[in-house]
Amino acid sequence: MSLIEKLKNIDRRIIFLIIGLSVIIPLIVPLNLPISVSPPVQATYDYVESIPEGSTILMAFDYDPGTMPELYPMSIAFMRHCFRKNHKIIAVSIWPFGAPLARDAFNQVGEGEYGKVYGIDFVNLGFVPGDVVAIKALARSFREISPKDVDNKPIESFPIMQGIDNFDNIDFVFELSAGFPGIPEWVMIVYGRHKKPMASGCTAVSYPQYSPYYQSGQLKGLLGGLKAAAEYEVLIGMPEKAVSGMDAQSIAHAVIVFFVIVGNVFYFIDSRKRKKI
Amino acid sequence: MTGSVDITQFFGVWVSAILTLCIFSFLYKDNPLYKFAEHLFVGISAGYWFCFYFHNHIKPKLFGSLAKIPEDAYYIVYIIPLGLGIMMLLRLVPKLSWMSRWPISFIVGTFAGLNLINYLQSNVLDQIKPTISPVTGFNVDSISNLILAIGVLTGIIYFFFSAEHKGTIGIAAKIGIWFLMVAFGASFGYTVMARISLLIGRMQFLIFDWILYSKNLLSF
Repeated sequence: MSLIEKLKNIDRRIIFLIIGLSVIIPLIVPLNLPISVSPPVQATYDYVESIPEGSTILMAFDYDPGTMPELYPMSIAFMRHCFRKNHKIIAVSIWPFGAPLARDAFNQVGEGEYGKVYGIDFVNLGFVPGDVVAIKALARSFREISPKDVDNKPIESFPIMQGIDNFDNIDFVFELSAGFPGIPEWVMIVYGRHKKPMASGCTAVSYPQYSPYYQSGQLKGLLGGLKAAAEYEVLIGMPEKAVSGMDAQSIAHAVIVFFVIVGNVFYFIDSRKRKKI
Repeated sequence: MTGSVDITQFFGVWVSAILTLCIFSFLYKDNPLYKFAEHLFVGISAGYWFCFYFHNHIKPKLFGSLAKIPEDAYYIVYIIPLGLGIMMLLRLVPKLSWMSRWPISFIVGTFAGLNLINYLQSNVLDQIKPTISPVTGFNVDSISNLILAIGVLTGIIYFFFSAEHKGTIGIAAKIGIWFLMVAFGASFGYTVMARISLLIGRMQFLIFDWILYSKNLLSF
């Protein structure tokens, strides 16, 4: 059997093993490869910097544990930036599993790292069912669609909610999206109807689909996948899980590109040989 | 083991780690451990979703509102979603399954009506102006604007089937294919990145949250 034949029939488990090792080794032995910040991430950071201290930010946690590796580090980094600027955060979830993830992030960053107080500096409105209809209803009135927070306490009782009842009272919206309902639905309502500034974070899979919203100016910034989360961690000067994962990401990508090139080279050599026969 | 061990966390981390390994075992070959983890995931997800929706959606929004009918007659309108919900479930009864078409048409009609104008605004009208941006000389922005406009126009021409793809239209359609291929390539690249990110997430969990956590806890 020739080398080409051997490689054509290679056990796919060997490929899996090599990809697995290319992820595990850089996690254990970090290479500290440089991370450059892309314009959409820089734009998000700059916008949060530009709004006055103490602004009210609506943060939508529209993802679930399946996309946590990409979106949770993003939400942590963004939240750190907001609390450092003393912005107030109102969290809401159109996805059912978003509410507990928002709670975890608040516990870790809000209370744990910055000593922020629930109800004064941040609040979690919890899950609001109804997809795009829920977003429309939130735009009209928080009290109407979500009169109680995630722990079933009336939102009226929280100082952070005083004078805030709809999107007109919000300074900035940050949407973390893993699918439907997600960025298109929020853009339609937040920017399309209310012309409010908005930025988003999404999974890498959906980034190409949503980048036209950034390019057309409907989004102030856009964070796509683990790479963008790492860039945001670099911008705020707090490298953590996303940054530590980028070495593994880069090496795994290099290995995949190598396999793609090798596969194509042998494919063309093989097809030439067959033509000659 | 130390006395201050959080048993729930310890148990949770170990269960997660073992189930993760069960799922990864499929990479070697299909096996009972993988099937067990898969079935467990499907079963727990279905049960969790059902309970979550019932307690957070149906119970407070529907039954809670219906319970208010004696106080306020307005809440009688909630009989309509109750009826539509029951009709949707009739899909399970073969003789009456046709009735489920009514709530489905209601949902389709409502979403179409709600989204039509907004989608047109954000996905078409707001996209047109930035697509045709000015070319102000030989600089990076102008070249980028030009490529964007050419890409969009030729891409649309590729999907224009009312004229045969010959001559000028044929050339434009071929250029359009190249732009589409670049777009698909970018999408594929981002998909690979997303999948590797998920693998990294699991590996970070196994290495740092499971092995190192257990090692520190057991101090071996």
